[in-house]
Amino acid sequence: MIVSQSSFHAALRQPSDPIPKGLHGTDGHPAGRRFNVYRNNVATSLMDALATGFPVIAKLLGDANFKNLARDYQWQNPPKSPLMMKYGERFSDFLLTHPALGKIPYLGDVARLEYALRLSYHAADSADFDANRLQTDQLPNATFSLAPSVQLVSSAYPILGIWRMNTHEGAAKPKAKSETVAIFRPGFDPQPEEITPADAAMLSSLQNGEVLETALSKAQGIDPDHDFARILSRLLAGGAIADIHLPET
Amino acid sequence: MLDQTAHLPPLPGVGYKPQHYSGILQNAKPVGWLEIHAENYMGDGGRPLAQLRYLSERFPISVHGVGLSIGGEAPLDRDHLERLKHLCDWLNPASFSEHLAWSTHDSHFLNDLLPLPYTKATLARVADHIDQLQELLGRQILLENPSSYLAFAESTYEEPEFLDEIARRTGCGLLLDVNNVFVSAVNLNMDPRAYIDAFALQRVGEIHLGGHDEDQDEHGAPLLIDSHGREVADPVWALLDYTLARSGPKPLLIEWDNDVPDWPVLQAETARAAQALELVA
Repeated sequence: MIVSQSSFHAALRQPSDPIPKGLHGTDGHPAGRRFNVYRNNVATSLMDALATGFPVIAKLLGDANFKNLARDYQWQNPPKSPLMMKYGERFSDFLLTHPALGKIPYLGDVARLEYALRLSYHAADSADFDANRLQTDQLPNATFSLAPSVQLVSSAYPILGIWRMNTHEGAAKPKAKSETVAIFRPGFDPQPEEITPADAAMLSSLQNGEVLETALSKAQGIDPDHDFARILSRLLAGGAIADIHLPET
Repeated sequence: MLDQTAHLPPLPGVGYKPQHYSGILQNAKPVGWLEIHAENYMGDGGRPLAQLRYLSERFPISVHGVGLSIGGEAPLDRDHLERLKHLCDWLNPASFSEHLAWSTHDSHFLNDLLPLPYTKATLARVADHIDQLQELLGRQILLENPSSYLAFAESTYEEPEFLDEIARRTGCGLLLDVNNVFVSAVNLNMDPRAYIDAFALQRVGEIHLGGHDEDQDEHGAPLLIDSHGREVADPVWALLDYTLARSGPKPLLIEWDNDVPDWPVLQAETARAAQALELVA
């Protein structure tokens, strides 16, 4: 009796399915509960990976609810690579569209923030940027490389406030409002901070390789009083600028 | 080409956990070497790689892969092979090891080490995959014996014989996990010392030790689970002594991957491993 990996895999996936014949324990007994060790290992290790990657979602949902959702997620969206640091890319969409979670619509956006923090944590390092390089009259026509660790997340909910309340002792209860969050990584620890929608428009534009003048006009389209100096100093403090590219003269 | 450029020292080492970073560096009597799981260091940058770079300047490093699915029926994942090569080229570790197991099916990664039948077909496939891996990495790898909860009726080889044959065909070395030997022996009602007697100890480049949990199957037979979540059990230490008396000193690794304790607890385990090595020094 040959047990193929495809029949082993199918039986792992469906706990109600019979265990493939040809697997046994001691005294010739069929594998039974011994096969369930593998079922349990697969389910638990992937649930643990999700709980490690989404600690605030795990806390908000509670252990039992989180495990139920994580179990569903892992069979609908199994990892496609052995890199657990990347697992859970679609967890946010899964939470947003899950019928049982209609009353807590912010969960999906908080998951997106947690995933963005993880991407930032593992992103490539960038060299220190010398702010003196900004002293040029070509600045409006310059493009910028932002650090690979920079992430932007916007939500109709106060996701950063919710995240802080669940990660920082004594953090204030968030007020209902929309939030745009930038993640900067000045050293090794990603720092999420709230920015304005105009700041976000400017950063998206720069990430897309547009010149500063264009990025600023997009910011001013949202907020005519956009404070460029303020966001620039936060970018510099957050190590968010990797390089500046001046037009060829 | 298959000679390792460096080897692990015959000393106790630990599976590295980031929460032990300062404990390890501030330790008066540092561990002999560190083992990392390859897949945790495949990001593009940040703290994990910076810590690893720093540690690699101070300790011999063993890279232990947990995701290649060497026993898989499908071809090895080319992207993952390239990631392993990139990591090994960057780090030039003292050792690289993987498992006699499969973990991916139909591009679904299962995050567990799943068992294989010991047949001629499996042998040929695993040997081909190891040839491919050693060729790509330009180094000898070590292949680890699994912990088993069940057996395949179709198997025609005993596990030690199967591993020896793979090593003979490919030139790979072996990683002997004595906790896995004990777990499998109890689970499949075998004599763990007979397993050690049959094992090609001259091919062993590293020994693993870890904790297991105790359970029972539905017939009341003991069922040990390789959990890596507690101290090494006494009979496993005894099996280590039995092994070292036959193999001589080997690099010993304490694996503790779940419910990871504070550094002093892990350090106490390495002290016990050091005593076992002193007996055969």
